[in-house]
Amino acid sequence: MKRNWTKKIPSLLFLFLILGIWQIATTAAQVPLWLFPSPAQIGAAFWETRQLIWMHTLTTLLETSAGFMLAVLLALITAGLMVLSSWFKRLLYPYLIISQTVPLIAIAPLLILWLGYGLLPKILIVVLVCFFPITVSLIEGLELTDTDLLNLLKSMGASRWQIFYIVRWPHALPSLFAGLKIAATYSVMGAVIGEWLGSSSGLGVYLTRSSHSFLTDRVFAVIFTISALSFLYFALITGLAKLAIPWTQIKNQDNG
Amino acid sequence: MGLVINNLSKSYRGPQISQPMDVLYSLDLDIESGTFVSLIGPSGCGKSTICNLIAGIEVPDSGEILLDGKVINGMPGQVSYMPQKDLLLPWRTLLNNVILGCEISGQDKRQAREEAQKWLDQFGLAAFSGYYPHQLSGGMRQRGALLRTILFGRKTLLLDEPFGALDALTRKEMQRWLLKIWNQTHHTVLFITHDIDEAILLSDKVVVLSQRPARILQEFSIPFAHPRDPDLLLSREALALKKQLLQLLLH
Repeated sequence: MKRNWTKKIPSLLFLFLILGIWQIATTAAQVPLWLFPSPAQIGAAFWETRQLIWMHTLTTLLETSAGFMLAVLLALITAGLMVLSSWFKRLLYPYLIISQTVPLIAIAPLLILWLGYGLLPKILIVVLVCFFPITVSLIEGLELTDTDLLNLLKSMGASRWQIFYIVRWPHALPSLFAGLKIAATYSVMGAVIGEWLGSSSGLGVYLTRSSHSFLTDRVFAVIFTISALSFLYFALITGLAKLAIPWTQIKNQDNG
Repeated sequence: MGLVINNLSKSYRGPQISQPMDVLYSLDLDIESGTFVSLIGPSGCGKSTICNLIAGIEVPDSGEILLDGKVINGMPGQVSYMPQKDLLLPWRTLLNNVILGCEISGQDKRQAREEAQKWLDQFGLAAFSGYYPHQLSGGMRQRGALLRTILFGRKTLLLDEPFGALDALTRKEMQRWLLKIWNQTHHTVLFITHDIDEAILLSDKVVVLSQRPARILQEFSIPFAHPRDPDLLLSREALALKKQLLQLLLH
């Protein structure tokens, strides 16, 4: 633990350096608040509007969490089917790729047009953003190519299902968690874009309102909140990964 | 009784191969119950195919594989099979790795672990039961793989170059140690190897295979009594055998 902290000191020092330069430069040049606020002004704006930000954060949190979990569920089903049956894979894989080529910025307004200003279209946007990285990483992990290992299990008379849960599933976990980390950071972005395009509450709404009113200090406060939220998700997944795949952790310790 | 192979043939047809390629053609082999038989032959002579057929992973084109008089063509789970790579699962501790076979054949896991614990001690692995494979040395992993094979609980062991990937010293150590184990259990063993010394030291009978399609060139009875000492390899008899085997293989 101690060593972990000392490793983080350089990047923390760098952060303070940047904030210091930023503060001094904006104060010295007397940059107006609406154009480019100083860190102190942003901090003040954050503190003044903390209740408002908290309320909007809750909405975004709800959308991202629901969308993320739904995406995980869908990815599990799709990847499972595709790995257990090559017929399903041939059927679905092209559409999985195509789903990623459709621009989100074009789909999102349509979803709002069809489903209204409520939570549902935002949840769907989060699902759209998260589904692809999770599914692809899961498929890659589940597709085990070591024929020697498969032969060993077959020689023991293992069934298809036994091969799946004894070998394929644990083999897929590191890859799955890599996909989950990517999806977790995307998910907040997806929800914010959805809110931006039309909603009554959420960090995206607060962001557009503040920027339209030239409350630039608040815009920055929201940006930091969004980053913090993404970071929180990332940390949560990393923590879960430590619990779910202990063998890779021990490997890292040995190498370090 | 024991493991008997009658008239076994297998050929492969690939997309690039217009003619089917004969790997085995009418092979006969007889391994008596409780004996240790080594198969030795040039690389690519079809030893792996013989293994896959006996392990039930592949089905022969013609011929029979009999285990204690019962045909086991294409039936997995009849013999305990150990491939060259240890193939321990990286996400399982050593203890959970060695009970893999027991788990697949549906035995009670707790009971299997208790049984495995006794054996781990004998295999010099008791202190490492909670370790992950990447924390163990090559020799330990190979011993773990052999224990997994024995715990699968079949009377017949099919060992496909089990020490092939080890360094020379570890390999010698593993041979001594396998002799010790075998003297206690007296499994029926079919042992595939490239190593002539290894074959002489361990086996009751050495079978030399030809180039593909594999057929039996000659069988040698190894006359030394059990339990054996590795020093027997330096005896005049062993050296004479070694010379004969080398001549046969290098021709």
